[in-house]
Amino acid sequence: MLIVEDLYVKYYTRRGTVSAVSGVSFTMQKGEMLAVVGESGSGKSTLALTIMRLLPRNAVVERGRILLDGIDVLKLSEDEMRRIRGSKVSMVLQDPFTTLDPLRRVIDQFIEFLMEHGLDRRSAEKLALEALESVGIPKTLAYSYPHQLSGGQKQRVAIAMAIALKPSLVIADEPTTALDVVVQKQIMDLIDTIKRGGTSVMLITHDIALAIERADRIMVMYGGEVMEIADKGTIMSRPLHPYTQGLLASIPRLGSDKIPESIPGYPPDLRNPPKGCVFHPRCPYADERCRSIKPQLIEVEKGHWVKCHRVVKA
Amino acid sequence: MSLVKLDNVVMEFELGTFLSKTRIRAVDRVSIDIGRGEIYGLVGESGSGKSTLGRVSLRLYKPTKGRVIFDGIDITDLPEGKLRKLRKRMQLIPQDPFSSINPLQTIGEALIEPLLVHVDISREEAIEKAKEILEEVGLTPAEEFLTRKPHQLSGGQLQRVAIARAMLLKPDYIVADEPTSNLDASIRASIVKLILEFQRRFNQALLFISHDIALVSLIASRIGVMYLGQLVEEGPAKSIIREPLHPYTKALISAIPLSEELGVERVVLKGEIGNIANPPKGCRLHPRCPFAMDICRREEPPMIEVTPGRKVKCWLYVKR
Ligand SMILES: Nc1ncnc2c1ncn2[C@@H]1O[C@H](COP(=O)(O)OP(=O)(O)OP(=O)(O)O)[C@@H](O)[C@H]1O
Ligand SMILES: Nc1ncnc2c1ncn2[C@@H]1O[C@H](COP(=O)(O)OP(=O)(O)OP(=O)(O)O)[C@@H](O)[C@H]1O
Ligand SMILES: [Mg+2]
Ligand SMILES: [Mg+2]
Repeated sequence: MLIVEDLYVKYYTRRGTVSAVSGVSFTMQKGEMLAVVGESGSGKSTLALTIMRLLPRNAVVERGRILLDGIDVLKLSEDEMRRIRGSKVSMVLQDPFTTLDPLRRVIDQFIEFLMEHGLDRRSAEKLALEALESVGIPKTLAYSYPHQLSGGQKQRVAIAMAIALKPSLVIADEPTTALDVVVQKQIMDLIDTIKRGGTSVMLITHDIALAIERADRIMVMYGGEVMEIADKGTIMSRPLHPYTQGLLASIPRLGSDKIPESIPGYPPDLRNPPKGCVFHPRCPYADERCRSIKPQLIEVEKGHWVKCHRVVKA
Repeated sequence: MSLVKLDNVVMEFELGTFLSKTRIRAVDRVSIDIGRGEIYGLVGESGSGKSTLGRVSLRLYKPTKGRVIFDGIDITDLPEGKLRKLRKRMQLIPQDPFSSINPLQTIGEALIEPLLVHVDISREEAIEKAKEILEEVGLTPAEEFLTRKPHQLSGGQLQRVAIARAMLLKPDYIVADEPTSNLDASIRASIVKLILEFQRRFNQALLFISHDIALVSLIASRIGVMYLGQLVEEGPAKSIIREPLHPYTKALISAIPLSEELGVERVVLKGEIGNIANPPKGCRLHPRCPFAMDICRREEPPMIEVTPGRKVKCWLYVKR
């Protein structure tokens, strides 16, 4: 359904070139939830914006291919892309304030968005109200202004807009990071129902506990690269990459007595990424080979991909 | 004896324009005390008043009502001049290190400033002390960090600087306000451990504010839970986690990813957090609470002590 092949994205800045996404490849099936986890600056949002074709001007896709339901996304014209955005693939952002105009009623913005996709005003209003109701926003709130909504309600509106045209893929980029856990649970339950309706969901998060609780498969990114991909059971029981192992050890566990572990060191500077494996400066097992040669992403068992010299194919 | 004592503290803010003013009560009649060497964890929904309470306890805010006692001294009405002497004994570690450290200063300047203000030492001695503390927080070589500006550091490194600055004067009381929530998961634990090292070394009272109740339960001896400006439950950390009493605490624990394994009763709240400017009558949770009874809608529940040290503000536990 979604195929991403050998994708490279760079940002050009005055202080150097940032290799934000480097050699990323993965696939997604219909109706599955893939969680993309990784710490700040690991390239998660850049990946999402590339799929949406919403990268800022200073970004360049150097190489790679993105196939969405067979459509070669990177080859589409701006016009063709505009038609697909919202109807075939849509995005929910961390901060929905940035997508909603504070001076216009929620319903008016929703109707305008639907009319851009060819609906007439009457059917647009009907569909908007239905979509809002399906996410728990009653009619009275639909006719209010964004500032009259709580953070959780704004996020519901954003989700309603993202799903109204029944896209095959919804990308949710840190949809609950600005919310507290009680509201996070409500929003994630809502995203679960979308998934059960057959839509694929890419959940971008730095919270690996959330990913484990909600996703079917997990893709771990670090320094713009994919470090490991597997279904969530495998990630929990047999994580193979040292970075994945470190992330799992960093989850504070309720009812335990131990403060979780942390990974020594700091994330890499992507203007000047480390030679060899990007993770080697923080890796407890790094040896000469890791410092000089970049490992390949290999499939160690069916559906379980790892990028680490220590891991050899069974 | 407690080092920090808040007695029935109320903190109100005035909002709005000259013509239409509204008052909101960010903290409503909260009492807590924290002993020397004790770690107290404060959790609760966003906007429930945790940061405000932390600032009142440092007397960065003067409470609208109630008393603030520090080391036996009532500092509620102390003028700023007299507070200054006490300031070096109480420090804040903020959530966002980028906003707490002047972007134009070097790290060295940011560190020696409080020393020159509060301690009678020469510039050279202050620089030596700054180097020492940088090494203690793991920023080496210290000379190199002294001359850097905040934007040349990562968030995790800058949070280490903020901790170094808070600990320089060996304070007795620390408020850590979500000190790790802006940091990557892989380095959070190292920051928490660093704070705990100083806490033990100087036998500090620590108010640790966080909405990560799992993290708090690992380090605090006692936990307080806030909802819409009020303290709704308090007790030993372990019993709060294993046996939460207040429906809000139960919901909070149920909402944490991967909390099923704990076996706590799952509670799901309806609707959205109430409006602090116009809080619900009776119990503030009642419109969302699955256990709400008639009395909850009419009367505010008292804070009752169910067992020694274990308090809850909920009608379910009031024997009638
Ligand atoms: N517009 C831009 N111009 C220059 N560099 C950028 C731009 N946007 C992102 N970057 C850089 O690209 C890298 C990847 O950033 P990206 O936002 O994709 O990471 P992320 O994984 O989404 O991080 P976060 O968890 O903080 O959202 C980082 O080094 C970032 O500084
Ligand atoms: N200086 C201020 N002036 C006006 N209102 C304020 C001020 N500080 C806080 N408030 C309000 O007081 C209430 C409590 O805020 P506070 O920051 O203490 O909550 P919190 O529990 O720390 O939330 P969070 O988890 O989001 O940090 C909020 O409604 C907030 O908008
Ligand atoms: Mg991002
Ligand atoms: Mg706060």
